Amino acid sequence: MEITVAEALVRCLEQEGVEMIFGYPGGAILPVYDALNNTSIKHVLVRHEQGAAHAADGYARVTGKVGVCMATSGPGATNLITGIANAYMDSVPMVVITGQVATTQVGTDAFQEVDITGITLPITKHNYLVKEPEQLPAIVKKAFHIAATGRPGPVLIDLPKDVAEAMIEFIYPKTIELSGYKPTYKGHTSMVQQAARLIMKAERPVIYAGGGIRISGAAPELLQLAETISAPVTHTLMGLGCFPGKHPLCLGMLGLHGTRYANQAVTECDCLIAVGARFDDRVVAKISGFAPTAKIIHVDIDPAEIGKNLRIHLPIVGDVKNVLRAIQPLLEIKDNTPWVKRVQELKKEYPLQYSRDGLLKPQFILEKLNELKDDSAIVVTDVGQHQMWAAQYLRFAEPRSFLSSGGLGAMGFCLPAAVGAKLGAPDKDVIVIIGDGGFQMTMQELGTAAEQLLNLKIFILNNHRLGMVRQLQEFYYDKRYISADLQFNPDFAELAKIYGMEGHTVTTEEQLEEILPQVLASPTSVIINCMIDPNENVMPMILSGSTISEAID
Amino acid sequence: MRHTLAVTVENNPGVLTRVAGLFSRRGFNIDSLAVGRTENPRVSRMTIIVEGDDMVVEQVAKQLHKLIDVIKISDITRNAYVDRELVMIKVHAEPSARAEIMQLVDIFRARIVDVGPKTLTIEVTGDEGKIDAIELSLRPFGIKELVRTGKIAMLRGVKNSAKNNSQKEEDVK
Ligand SMILES: Cc1ncc(C[n+]2csc(CCOP(=O)(O)OP(=O)(O)O)c2C)c(N)n1
Ligand SMILES: [Mg+2]
Repeated sequence: MEITVAEALVRCLEQEGVEMIFGYPGGAILPVYDALNNTSIKHVLVRHEQGAAHAADGYARVTGKVGVCMATSGPGATNLITGIANAYMDSVPMVVITGQVATTQVGTDAFQEVDITGITLPITKHNYLVKEPEQLPAIVKKAFHIAATGRPGPVLIDLPKDVAEAMIEFIYPKTIELSGYKPTYKGHTSMVQQAARLIMKAERPVIYAGGGIRISGAAPELLQLAETISAPVTHTLMGLGCFPGKHPLCLGMLGLHGTRYANQAVTECDCLIAVGARFDDRVVAKISGFAPTAKIIHVDIDPAEIGKNLRIHLPIVGDVKNVLRAIQPLLEIKDNTPWVKRVQELKKEYPLQYSRDGLLKPQFILEKLNELKDDSAIVVTDVGQHQMWAAQYLRFAEPRSFLSSGGLGAMGFCLPAAVGAKLGAPDKDVIVIIGDGGFQMTMQELGTAAEQLLNLKIFILNNHRLGMVRQLQEFYYDKRYISADLQFNPDFAELAKIYGMEGHTVTTEEQLEEILPQVLASPTSVIINCMIDPNENVMPMILSGSTISEAID
Repeated sequence: MRHTLAVTVENNPGVLTRVAGLFSRRGFNIDSLAVGRTENPRVSRMTIIVEGDDMVVEQVAKQLHKLIDVIKISDITRNAYVDRELVMIKVHAEPSARAEIMQLVDIFRARIVDVGPKTLTIEVTGDEGKIDAIELSLRPFGIKELVRTGKIAMLRGVKNSAKNNSQKEEDVK
């Protein structure tokens, strides 16, 4: 029996195991929306397409499944772009479906036409414009395969309206052919052996773990490696949660706002084992000062990451989990006692610190939250000072429990991503750490959260400022502050109530401590508007041009 | 240093945009790019000449490799290979100068493909050295128009520069 391409698309999504789509309708995509009348797939109506993309992203990060979002042609499609770029930068598997004007109108500047495959060329892993109705099933199958395998990323499918309405005989292909796409999963045997030898020879090893650990599910292998060779572990922002935060070998985050002891350990190590990380400029700072005495082993599934920013002594292209599993049996137990001692000293010498002066300190809030939050709770942050404080002060026991916009650093990510996260992991607590600036970028998604009856705990670290911008102006522009103050903010606690949520404003540490347990236990969403010390800066900090060992406090 | 990359790609719409876009996006310069179908109609072959040190070109190749439509990339610069470029030159040719021009055409084993009242159009194929030399020799007569195809290249002997099978291996050293 023949069905429309739009119906076929929905059948394809069912075949791929899609349970949820985040989207926003409009003329060109209406055939697909119509087809959603006959499926068990849930459609979550967001309040802005950017929210759809970020929500699909958050959903994908917590579930490990491919996130799916959908929008109409033209403005619907362009509104998705920040979210697509964000998923691309952080290697999040996503399939994006956009409506398009009819093939007969493509290229004519028709109403609500944009060349979305052209626009998203540099921010998608791949994209498709469906020109022939019969192609659709294979394209969808390829899109899911490409999005989820190798180094994951977003794939966009642009579906013209006349194609969506055409009739086809629906067969979902069992196999697909992509002769140009064969990711390498297994590490090269001789490289693996050499790496094992290098690791066994090392007296001062450090493991530098990134988001690749989460993506490949290699947290158990990482723990085993670290414990076998007694190597301290530092992680990137994306790597938070991949190694137990309370483990004695955990050094926390490295880089520009990383712990001084992590940065110092990297500076002193003789062997740096980089796994699923990409030597981002926010991690490395001045290249010549990064791990200057170390032999560097780099394990990554993306060959283009190897040697891109830094010279690598021993590259291994492969899936991180596979490679760590291959290395493990070649290792013997080592205790590296002097080095482990040295690292413990560094921790004592350069602890994370902040001063208490009676004002409500953001670090204090996070410390308290850390004590009280459930071990399995998911924390989602936005971008700015609060994000760095969260990364510094919160400890995580599991991967997929800390979500943040890393590569793109996109303000506005947090609230919609939290919506997606909660829908993806309804049994877990979802805690939102957000700035007063970023909250106002996508706060319309409170509507989605309310409509979906989600329970979110939203901590607005309210400094009445674009805090991170102000910090940069303080250090790099001689305190010539401009456009860094948010002179008008709404009353966020009142705003909560309008959306049917609980709202509180806290101005002192005592108030916060008092309210925290009840807030976390509340059966509904809560906004906790925390009036923090507006002059607090994120420390330590590595000034531009400095090496990672030259942090200021 | 100039590198010669032999790249096979799936003959899908937009593949040229993807490849060219990648170069400009990553800040790499293309000296020349020639593209056409291979013996397999689903596969096209590009010859890309790119300037850069080995590290840069290795990075170019790896980035190209990430494009789903790219099947195989070989940097054949350091191998024995033949390369050719086809050029057409329309040169100003007064009757008095024609004999001399035709002599040059003979020497370079080029061909005259069109004759106008005051022009001769010459076709020449060869490697870069030969093309540069004929251009230089014709310049005094007045070159009115010059168009080149961009270089194409192929490994010598039995080795395949870029097999059109489904294997995506990297030959970049
Ligand atoms: C979409 C977007 N625009 C601008 C920026 C630049 N930026 C980075 S942090 C920041 C300030 C964030 O302010 P707020 O959300 O209040 O967080 P705070 O730093 O105060 O914790 C800005 C403007 C960005 N990262 N993303
Ligand atoms: Mg702020």
